[in-house]
Amino acid sequence: MEVILTLPELKSNPFKTRICQVFSTSEDRDGSLTFEDFLDLLSAFSDSATLEIKSHYAFRIFDFDDDGTLDSGDLEKLVNCLTGETADTRLTKEEMGQLITNILDESDIDKDGTVNLSEFQHVISRSPDFV
Amino acid sequence: MAHNVNFDLSHPGVEAGLESPADEEVVHDSFSQLIEEESQREGLPDAIELQHQQRNPEDEGPDNVAYEDRGRRMGSDDTGEEEGERQTDSLLKDRWSSATLKILSSMPSRTIGRSQGAILSQYFNRTTGLRKRTQKRASIKDFSRSARPSIRGYGVEVDTTDSAEKKQERLVKNLQDLSAVDRVRMLKEMPLNLSEKKSLRRLTLKMTKQTRSSRNLRCCSYLKFHIILALRHSWYSCLSFLHSLHLWQMPLKRVSGRFGSGVLSYFLFLKTLLFFNVFLFLVLGSFLVVPQAVYPPERLENRTSFTGLELLTGGGYFSNTLLYYGYYSNHTLPSCSKNNTSSPPRPECDSKSLSYNMPLAYFFTIGLSFFITCIILVYSMSKSFGQSFRIDKSNGMLAMKVFCSWDFKVIKKSSVKLLSENICTQLKELLGEAHHSRTRSTTLDKLIKLMIHGLGWTLCIGATAGCVVGIYYFSDYMHKEQQESWQHDSGDPGLLKEASLLALPVLVSFINLMLPILFQFTAWMEKYDSPSLRTFVSLSRNLILKVSVLGVLCFHWLKRVAGSSSDNKTFKCWESFVGQDLYRFLTIDFIFTLLATLFGELLWRLFSDKVLKRNRRPEFDIAKNVLDLIYGQTLAWLGLLFTPLLPAVQILKLLLLFYIKMSSVMMNCQPPSRPYRVSQMTTIFITLLCFPSFLGASVCVTYTMWRLPSSESCGPFRGNKTMIQAGKQRIVELVKENPNLYFLAQAHTYLVENPFFLFVGAAIFLIVIYFQSQVVDGQRKIIALLQEQIENEGEDKKFLITRLQSIHERKRTPARNLTIQDSAC
Repeated sequence: MEVILTLPELKSNPFKTRICQVFSTSEDRDGSLTFEDFLDLLSAFSDSATLEIKSHYAFRIFDFDDDGTLDSGDLEKLVNCLTGETADTRLTKEEMGQLITNILDESDIDKDGTVNLSEFQHVISRSPDFV
Repeated sequence: MAHNVNFDLSHPGVEAGLESPADEEVVHDSFSQLIEEESQREGLPDAIELQHQQRNPEDEGPDNVAYEDRGRRMGSDDTGEEEGERQTDSLLKDRWSSATLKILSSMPSRTIGRSQGAILSQYFNRTTGLRKRTQKRASIKDFSRSARPSIRGYGVEVDTTDSAEKKQERLVKNLQDLSAVDRVRMLKEMPLNLSEKKSLRRLTLKMTKQTRSSRNLRCCSYLKFHIILALRHSWYSCLSFLHSLHLWQMPLKRVSGRFGSGVLSYFLFLKTLLFFNVFLFLVLGSFLVVPQAVYPPERLENRTSFTGLELLTGGGYFSNTLLYYGYYSNHTLPSCSKNNTSSPPRPECDSKSLSYNMPLAYFFTIGLSFFITCIILVYSMSKSFGQSFRIDKSNGMLAMKVFCSWDFKVIKKSSVKLLSENICTQLKELLGEAHHSRTRSTTLDKLIKLMIHGLGWTLCIGATAGCVVGIYYFSDYMHKEQQESWQHDSGDPGLLKEASLLALPVLVSFINLMLPILFQFTAWMEKYDSPSLRTFVSLSRNLILKVSVLGVLCFHWLKRVAGSSSDNKTFKCWESFVGQDLYRFLTIDFIFTLLATLFGELLWRLFSDKVLKRNRRPEFDIAKNVLDLIYGQTLAWLGLLFTPLLPAVQILKLLLLFYIKMSSVMMNCQPPSRPYRVSQMTTIFITLLCFPSFLGASVCVTYTMWRLPSSESCGPFRGNKTMIQAGKQRIVELVKENPNLYFLAQAHTYLVENPFFLFVGAAIFLIVIYFQSQVVDGQRKIIALLQEQIENEGEDKKFLITRLQSIHERKRTPARNLTIQDSAC
């Protein structure tokens, strides 16, 4: 996996380890990618991939504990990845709590405390800026 | 004993992410089996006891907590209600036993993203739907995004307990019934591994080949089939070749890697404009320029020699060339006039086969190019509008921001850091907005704020009005001066006089450069509630400036310059003069943009680095630059009628601008620190390109063709009639020559010129719009109802899980009591 992480596109991306893990089909779960996995990765990130494929893979990347839904632990890790590593860009604990409550209020339609794939795709479909 | 593998802890794959599809039958039917088992209540305690002994010590943790909680409450009688009360808020993990957790994690709504079988069944339903609707050719995007296979009401009940192989078989059978295009699209959209997609495709093709060879085809169908295959193959290779020729792919990638999608959108907009101009150039070039170049008219005047100033002024050497309207002849080409003594008789005059009606061609080409540009613009505008507008915009944006704001195109480390800071600031802002109680600003504060805003607006509009009036009077003055000078010496104007023609363009470009700086200063003075409001206000101020400047210029050209041709013949050819003016405007605008880039970005960066020693570089102002591009394109469209080669000039300008801006951005600027909503802004820019810009240009051109008399001595529409009248006359002549076209002329008279027809068309259009808006309202209501329904389903799910947990606990407590007693003894 280290070799792939030296690619310039992935080097500074905060989601790099998750990306490798999601696209990897190896048995050892060490994040190593075969050539076909690499092709999958490139095709999912290309401009001509459909919104559906992108949202599907994005959901899997954001699901840090791989349980099929985004619960508050996943969301917290996601926000920390987004805001960066340094201490002054992180949100405080109560801000984080507020943020997660707000997110769940907005996107959890069946009110089970987690965001599953359909709810995620629903949020994505409302926002045109998804890359 | 039935499958109670769900309770089997040694089962490895249940909670992991990438489980193999073979485990699926186990996972999906476990839930129903479980309910059966609970109702039977046979032999379960044995299994549970076994599992106790196998269990890892760490799994005991959550169970203990839950048990103890329940233990405390066991004293009270109505445990059921209390549980329901306690646990209806959310299905949080730490309250459930590991068995319930396993059930939860294997529920269809949570495995839909991971397991192959679920994806296969989902796409099976879609292909079934698509097959049924092949007549209507519904696109995949019409399907709502539902992940649960059971919601789709197509009358096909997919049994989710089938094995993955059976699902695959059914999917393959469906796929092969689709047309090839649909099949490819379906396969592309499936979020599966490449190897799985390859196997699916292989299976589909194998079965297709079998079914096809079983039919008896005649030999000519075989031939047709192979020819079509060969054609399609060559078309695909052609497309891939074109793809590899992608213009500017590497520079764009570098820019997006460092600066993100916002700055990239500027360069993409530039590319779009370039393609528009290339299209216009090709159309006008092939229909107007090339025929005229092949058969040049006789030159009556001597050409002035080429001095370097012509590149700027467009006059002098360029004035009697293909560049301008005046050069084009008003006869049918090749023009063979009888009393032609100076030049030898042309050989083409003998043959009667080639004839090219220049005036008609001019008229129709300009009309056609405007019409096609209009269609392309409206289409791209509606497409981008459809992407950025959403029906249900009721909720806030926090979730959207968190999920969608990461720009995966950014590569450089410092840009990534900046992006993170940006996102952090945005999130903090949004949180602050949502949760701080609005401090009630006193009326004095509000009044002061209003006053400052009012002052800002009056300043800006006043400055705009002042500049517009200044341009009006200055153009009047220049016009009078030119008239006088040309009355006095009707010979060749000297170099100074040519250079003085540049005064008006220089003034206008200067105003275009300076006033936005004033607007920025005003915006800095005022305080806005949100950054998007600030962007919107600055955009609208710049827009007002440019629209009013263009308006006064159009007035100057169309009223004054054209009007003055009717009196003493100062302008031999007013259209050529207007064309030259537009050429001058374009070139001076380009020069001023260069200067602005030089001073604004390069020198500021050097100044900031060396003198002030700060690390802040200038930012690339996307909105202002895009508005400049739109302004230049409006000038190009205005000049299309008068200068057919203007698209070529615009193409050159855009190419040079691309490279200059690219190098300037890479060297001098830093990524934008303020948030920039890309697709919304792109929609706005395309709308601006269509509505004020293109519409204004086409209105001016229509007015010119319809009302203004063309000059007597030059151009394809010589004579003192308007262009439309001249065009109509030509058409009448044409119809006289070929009687077949009579019905076309009749159709034109009855349809296009009849106001009743236009009225009916407009009424139908309005009715269609009304119906569509009603449909949108209805869809909103349905969305609200469906959300309620989903909430209810969520409640059901929670209820069932809690019941399951309580039953499980009740089963376990006697067993635990036994073991505790055993261990105690």
